[in-house]
Amino acid sequence: MAKFAKKKDGDLPAVSTASLPDIVFMLLFFFMTVTTMKDSTLLVENTLPNASEIKKLEKKDRIIFIYVGTPSEEYQAVYGTEAKIQLNDKFANVSEVGSYILAERAKKPQEVQNFLTTALKVDKNANMGLISDIKQELRKVNALKVNYTTYQGNAFNNLQ
Amino acid sequence: MADIAFLLLIFFLVTTTIETDAGLDRMLPPIEPPEDDVVIKQKNIFTVNVNRNGQLLVEEELMDIKNLRAAAVAFLDNGGLKPGEEGYCNYCKGERDPGSSDNPGKAIISLKNDRETKYSVYITVQNELVAAYNELRNREANRLFGRDFTDMEQEYLNPETPETVREELKDKVKRVQDLFPQKLSEAETSKN
Repeated sequence: MAKFAKKKDGDLPAVSTASLPDIVFMLLFFFMTVTTMKDSTLLVENTLPNASEIKKLEKKDRIIFIYVGTPSEEYQAVYGTEAKIQLNDKFANVSEVGSYILAERAKKPQEVQNFLTTALKVDKNANMGLISDIKQELRKVNALKVNYTTYQGNAFNNLQ
Repeated sequence: MADIAFLLLIFFLVTTTIETDAGLDRMLPPIEPPEDDVVIKQKNIFTVNVNRNGQLLVEEELMDIKNLRAAAVAFLDNGGLKPGEEGYCNYCKGERDPGSSDNPGKAIISLKNDRETKYSVYITVQNELVAAYNELRNREANRLFGRDFTDMEQEYLNPETPETVREELKDKVKRVQDLFPQKLSEAETSKN
C-alpha cells in the first residue's frame, strides 16, 4: 500500500510565498497614504516643545515654514552653536525672513495668497529674542497669521 | 512582483515623513499702530512677565506656572461690573471683584518676555493662557449648545466637514468666541 505511506517525521513543507506581494503592497499603500513628502532637509536641531491646546494645520498648500534651532552637528564648526534660522534649504539671517515670505507668497496661487499661515518650527531651546525678531519681520510684511508648531503633549514637560 | 513592491515601499519609507503639523495658532498685531489711542483701565489688564530664568511675574507677584491657568480664568471670568451697569456680564461666574476686570470683552492679557527667555517656557505660558480661554469657552458652549467649544471649532475648521454643517457651526463658534474674545497682547521683548 504505497499510496498511504507514512510521511517522514520533521519534513516541514516550505512556507508559501504566494501572498508576499499582497502583504508588501498593503504596507506600501499604508505608507503612501499616511505619510507626506519631505520638502526640505533639516539643517538645524528641531525638537519642538509640547502643548495641549493645539489645532491641526489643515491645507498644506497654505503654509510657509520657518525652522529655527541650533545648527546640526556637522554644521556647528561653520555656523557655531547659536540658534539659526533655516529657510528652505539654507541658513538665513533675520533680515532675509521678510523677502523669503514675500517670495513664497508670490509662488502661491492668487486666491490663497491672503490666507497663508506661517508655521514656526522652533527648537525648544531657542531664545525668545530671535523669535521676537522673526515676528517683527513677519509684521513688516503683513504675514500676521502664525502657528507655533508643537507636539501634542503636556506643556509642563517643557520645563524639565 | 514582490521585489518591485518592496522597491516602491522602501522608496516611500525613505522620502516621506509622518507629519506632526499641529500647533498654537496666533495672530500678530499689525505693524501700523491703531489710529485712535484707547485708554484701558489698569484693572482690565492682566500682566504676565516672563524673565530669562523662566520665572513668572503675574500682576506684580511671583507665581508658579502651574497656577497661571487658574489665575487667568479667575481674571477673565471676573465680571466686576454691578448688575444694571452697561456691559454687565450675566454669564460670568467669577468673584465679581470690582478691582479686577469689568467683563470678558474688556479683559486683556498682556504678555511680556525677556530676550533670553527660553522658547519652551514661552510656549508653556502661551498654552496655559489659551487653555484658560478654552476652558471658559467650553463652559459656555456646553451651557448653550451642549458640546465643547474646542470640539465644535475643530469640526468647523476641518475641510472634510460638509458645507451645511459648517455654516451652522460658524454662527455657534462665533457666538461663543464673542462671549470670551481672545485678547492677548504681546509687548516687544525687553533687553535686560
